[in-house]
Amino acid sequence: MRLSDLVAEMIGAAANNEPLRIRAGGSKDFYGGMLAGKLLDVSAHRGIVAYEPTELYVTARCGTPLVEIEAALAECGQMLAFEPPHFGRATLGGCVAAGLAGPRRQQAGGVRDFVLGVKLVDGRGLVHDFGGQVMKNVAGYDVSRLLAGSLGTLGVLAEVTLKVLPRPRAEQTLRFDLDEGAALALLNEWGGQPLPVSASFWSAGQLWLRLSGAQAAVASAVARLADQFGGQTVDGEKHWISVREQTHPAFAGTCLWRLALPTTTPALGLDGLGAIEWGGGLRWYAGDAVPAAVLRERAEQAGGHAVLYRAPESLRCLEGAFAPLAPPLLALHRRLKKSFDPQGILNPGRLYAEF
Amino acid sequence: METAENTFQTDRKALAERLKAILPAHCLLVDDEDLRPYECDGLTAYRELPLAVCLPESEAQVVDILWTCHQLGVPVVARGAGTGLSGGAMPHAQGVVLSMARFNRILRVDRLARLAVVQPGVRNLAVSEAAAPYGLYYAPDPSSQIACTLGGNVAENSGGVHCLKYGLTVHNILRIRVVSIEGEVFEIGSEAPDAPGYDLLALLIGSEGMLGVVTEVTVKLVPKPALAQVVMASFDQVGKAGEAVAAIIAAGIIPAGLEMMDKPATAAVEPYVKAGYDLAAAAILLCESDGTPEEVAEEISRVTAVLTAAGARDIRVSQSEAERLRFWAGRKAAFPAVGRITPDYYCMDGTIPRKRLAEMLAAIAAMEKKYKLRCANVFHAGDGNLHPLIMYDAAKPGEWTRAEAFGAEILELSVRLGGSITGEHGVGIEKINQMCVQYKTRELEVFHRIKAAFDERGLLNPGKAVPSLHRCAEYGQMHVHHGELKFPELERF
Repeated sequence: MRLSDLVAEMIGAAANNEPLRIRAGGSKDFYGGMLAGKLLDVSAHRGIVAYEPTELYVTARCGTPLVEIEAALAECGQMLAFEPPHFGRATLGGCVAAGLAGPRRQQAGGVRDFVLGVKLVDGRGLVHDFGGQVMKNVAGYDVSRLLAGSLGTLGVLAEVTLKVLPRPRAEQTLRFDLDEGAALALLNEWGGQPLPVSASFWSAGQLWLRLSGAQAAVASAVARLADQFGGQTVDGEKHWISVREQTHPAFAGTCLWRLALPTTTPALGLDGLGAIEWGGGLRWYAGDAVPAAVLRERAEQAGGHAVLYRAPESLRCLEGAFAPLAPPLLALHRRLKKSFDPQGILNPGRLYAEF
Repeated sequence: METAENTFQTDRKALAERLKAILPAHCLLVDDEDLRPYECDGLTAYRELPLAVCLPESEAQVVDILWTCHQLGVPVVARGAGTGLSGGAMPHAQGVVLSMARFNRILRVDRLARLAVVQPGVRNLAVSEAAAPYGLYYAPDPSSQIACTLGGNVAENSGGVHCLKYGLTVHNILRIRVVSIEGEVFEIGSEAPDAPGYDLLALLIGSEGMLGVVTEVTVKLVPKPALAQVVMASFDQVGKAGEAVAAIIAAGIIPAGLEMMDKPATAAVEPYVKAGYDLAAAAILLCESDGTPEEVAEEISRVTAVLTAAGARDIRVSQSEAERLRFWAGRKAAFPAVGRITPDYYCMDGTIPRKRLAEMLAAIAAMEKKYKLRCANVFHAGDGNLHPLIMYDAAKPGEWTRAEAFGAEILELSVRLGGSITGEHGVGIEKINQMCVQYKTRELEVFHRIKAAFDERGLLNPGKAVPSLHRCAEYGQMHVHHGELKFPELERF
């Protein structure tokens, strides 16, 4: 599939005022609002366009599977540092559009932090190049990063340039027996110290901690943490994949809430806590014992927000996936949406029911 | 210069009356002699007197000023310390300068949460000073950090030596509080890892005061590394130094700082700071490593091996904090040092892919002959961000015009080499024509639509950052068919 085919599809849809549902691997069909519109399958628009290890960037088309990109990077000892989930067959376009990062987010940053440039097909079928392939580019508004997490509502991310980083030289995992409160307290203490913590995961009385970096730094941190806090060295590789891919039992349930909170938020004491990630900044609640309104309110009071992450369709329709926006922000969102997609044909309702 | 002078016609007296009702006398300047210090920012080649300067002390006053200006159709230019180098805070002749200098309080430093809540007029370095007792600091460190403010850093998405490893401003801000031109207050971002909806934080950071006025900033603090050491390497060819930079990255090393100076730059600096630079070298590299002592030792030994293999003629590793600071002193003082050997200099800010470094430097050498002006080069080699310092004498007829053309040619070559016209200084008024080279009509139209979504009447910092399509057409980079512009409903400023 060439870019011109994609553009032709978009122009056709715009002419007919026909809503489109943008999709490549379909690995995140569960995420966000309801799926509506005619399928625009972009999975055939694929392939790595450019990869320059010494310039630290990779450019690829939206339908390129993440595994393909990661395999190319691994050959040069590099990686996508935000460690995105694959959920089977995730592609680059969906990865950036959904904006979901994995365990390394707490150390490396989120998806948006690695977006350098995009080639975007907007709702009129116009192709735009925003950003570029250099680390520093502050010319014009930073539209590329705005698109991370926009769930395809502003256009098709035909091509994306991401910053890549070297793989850490060493990696070790420690496991501690700690209750929720003690784990949160320690995570925040450690966060303020020069420790190479690259991932954390707490569930059911166990805290897993991954340290990554220079050989010497990892070795000395592991020795210190094991000695002072009783951590045990364990083989963490499968564990971190199960966290990234959410196949760990803590994520199981018909309903899964994702709460993004300030890391210092104390234990919420809610029934159904599944797991804590990102040094306390991300908390997963499985189950439907707590009403949606209560969860949203508690998250907001703590200075964060709650996403109905994985749930039966009926509940997603009723509650909406994402926390409602304050009126001035919603108005801004509507105006921005209109500027990229005047007819409102791109992934309608996927982010918010209002547009 | 094309701005919106013709579009905006402000009744100076009526404006002053309205502002007097909002602000106490000590917060409002209207007389020419009081306005004079505000006529330019760090780009002194362009000057303009505003009609008034407001120095509000509360957010409520900011709201009232913006609402009033919106009602009267008066342009507003927000300003921090005025250290910007692209004229982003140059006043508008028919408008108001909104100085945020009195918003200078650090509201909260939270050790456990590793963040600080500050007002926009707080100086960049003051944040790190306040965080120091907790072993934390604010990573982005523009060279002007002793004076520049956080509000200005947010507006320009400022960088600095630490960007390569720790990111730009956009990577280190958690939340901002914004007042719209209509006087509406909203917050974007959050102390949590992300916030619902579009990433407006990314859009606002680096928007050069065109989308809203920031009244509060929450910044991320990071643990201060236990140790920092710097390796200084000299090369007898600029190209070799460039290849050494690529080799460091290829070896999987992301230094805390990776900076390069060419011979004219070291020659200007050495007599001034006596940093011990190798004056016979064509270029020197400064490569900093930070972390735990073990980590630094490991990285320094690997960097040294890479530099040796890359053909460095001399390598020195700082043996004390005093020596590390002395190595850096030259790089940090490069601008004032060049200022001592020439009446004026013009600092450019292009970004190029690292591999094109030698090509760019050769081209700059050719331009020195073409424009009959000297140029010293200091740059953030790690991220390809060049700062050519073009030396000229404003008193000599024609020199400024030649310097300006020289700068424009460097920027346009940056774009052709696959880079950008600005890495950290912003577009402002300075590089507005080169925006027509970097972006096509379509992208510029999108920028105008985004602007309109926030500021329909185009009152915030008009004439900056995003050129009108008409301007691009005049600059000759855009073909306008039969003089017809698309989207005539959009205001062109």
